Amino acid sequence: MALLKHPKVEALENSLSAQLKRDLSEKELFSFAPFDEEEAELTGASNYSYWRSTLHAFSKNRVAMFLLALMLIIVLFTFIQPLLPGQYDAFVVTNGDNGLPLKNKQPSAEHWLGTNSIGQDLWARLWSGTRTSLFIGLACAMIEACVGILMGVLWGYVRKLDFLFTEIYNVLDNIPSTIILILISFILKPGVGTIIFAMSLTGWIGMARFIRNQILIIRDRDYNVASRCLGTSTWRIIVKNLLPYLVSVIMLRMALSIPGAIGSEVFITYIGLGLPATVPSLGNLINEGRKLMMSPSLRYQLIYPTIILSIVTISFYMIGNAFSDAADPKSHV
Amino acid sequence: MARYLGRRFLRSFITLFIILSIVFILVRQMPIDGYFPNIEKMTDAQIQNGLHQMGLDQPILVQLYNFFKELILHGNLGTSWVYRDNVPVAEILAPKIPVSIKLGSLSLLFAMLIGLPMGTFMAKYKGKFFDNLGAAFIVLIQAVPSAVYYLFIQLYGTEWLHISMLFDPDKAISWVLPVFSMSLGNIAYYAMWLRRYMVDESKKDYVTLARIKGVSENKIFFRHVFRNAFVPMAQYLPTSFLNTVIGSIYIESLYSIPGMGGLLVDVVKKQDNNMVLGIVLLYATVGIIGLLLGDLMMALMDPRINLVKKGGER
Repeated sequence: MALLKHPKVEALENSLSAQLKRDLSEKELFSFAPFDEEEAELTGASNYSYWRSTLHAFSKNRVAMFLLALMLIIVLFTFIQPLLPGQYDAFVVTNGDNGLPLKNKQPSAEHWLGTNSIGQDLWARLWSGTRTSLFIGLACAMIEACVGILMGVLWGYVRKLDFLFTEIYNVLDNIPSTIILILISFILKPGVGTIIFAMSLTGWIGMARFIRNQILIIRDRDYNVASRCLGTSTWRIIVKNLLPYLVSVIMLRMALSIPGAIGSEVFITYIGLGLPATVPSLGNLINEGRKLMMSPSLRYQLIYPTIILSIVTISFYMIGNAFSDAADPKSHV
Repeated sequence: MARYLGRRFLRSFITLFIILSIVFILVRQMPIDGYFPNIEKMTDAQIQNGLHQMGLDQPILVQLYNFFKELILHGNLGTSWVYRDNVPVAEILAPKIPVSIKLGSLSLLFAMLIGLPMGTFMAKYKGKFFDNLGAAFIVLIQAVPSAVYYLFIQLYGTEWLHISMLFDPDKAISWVLPVFSMSLGNIAYYAMWLRRYMVDESKKDYVTLARIKGVSENKIFFRHVFRNAFVPMAQYLPTSFLNTVIGSIYIESLYSIPGMGGLLVDVVKKQDNNMVLGIVLLYATVGIIGLLLGDLMMALMDPRINLVKKGGER
């Protein structure tokens, strides 16, 4: 990155050279030159900003920008859709002219994606389900990141805790998460909050191990040893030396844990421990569709939710990859 | 080396003991209602009698002591309560384990047959068409939840091959789809990591030296780079092969394969505590042995790795 000359610096240099050209008396020669701390800093600093360069590198990736825009539109649309005119409610069973529910109706002008096995509008349920699943994915990723980073940093950096944490990891990693999921569903009421809590309870372990391995790699690099010798506190080393180095890998891992969480919601629903069937989510919709997939005319109930699910997960995956490439300072010129 | 192995085994036993104790206590926190499918019709005396028969009326530490006494002295995991009434746990698991291992090993072999060449060629033609094609496949497999493509493979695969959706162990053709769908994830995994390790490896100085000496490009890639890049991947091979015992919930339930997949979820839901503990013991043992074998294999393949000096606790 080119060093731009600040106008103030230029003025200072000019005035100094003008002073030197003059004949100076002895007294003037040995007096202190004018010193301005702010101006002195300016000569050494470039106008490089980490986040600006990251955003700049990211915005050059056209595919990722397109997917980001698509994701924003989808997220916005899940909120706008119920407000649009002529939409059906995701929870209301539509009745036909004869007063009976319109079950398994094929896609038509009235029901854009048809109705499900009890007569609810699939289009409305699809967007309501996408909203729920996205919320679950984002919430789980945030909680996992916060807890996982904290634990992983402690595990990796503080040597005394390593043995203890490794043993705890070995134990926790071997306790089947189904047991914990079922226990929680007995204790708490099933719902979105419960499923987020249950998934985060086991989800942070993988994140913590990942961060720990990363920290181990850079813990004893020379700049950290130097920093320790100068008496920098542990907290400052972690926040200023270690974490900024890991931003790109952490972002990647977080971006991948969003589709991961959405996928495990599908899995949990599949084994019968997910959200109650009344709450639409992508997992519930796919599970309902799966039950009908034997009859080819009803396969639309499986195909539409899977299309949205695939778009959402692939987009987050690609955006995460692109962002982590962009966040790597080695790729900034 | 013997001392290292001994210490490692001792620690593994302690870990196993803690895991089993925690799971033992956890499953006993389940509500009593779950133990009796028809609790509404039962009198209090019947419930008490039932609890007594299962030994659930004793203090939890006494139960824990009895469990470990039976397990260590007689190798007895107890009997199933609900899944199949009064049948020993080991007897239920015995016919299921080989099915899952056979299915899992076949899919792993298939994944290595496809995934390793794929990763190698992706690294060889880095940035070219084949590399991009492979990358698209990897993104697709990694990002889309496996439930989705398993369903579609079953749906359209069975129509295409004109076979029944359900599994028949005597027909070779009915193994094709389960093995294929199960291996997709591993194909992507092997290809992705092998490509990355090979790209890293081919930037090293010895590759340049070999090139200067005029060693043919193919020989460099397949004899030198591949061998070195494969070492970090070898660590996970024993774990992967041993983990096939766990089975796949999706695959086995979709095709009705009588294996281990889904059994754990099933018995946890039915609160068949002895079955849960038996399966947890199996899985945890397999996981711990897999880690140990992986470290040993690394040390055998790469003489620079010394387990005894340091790094053994990776």
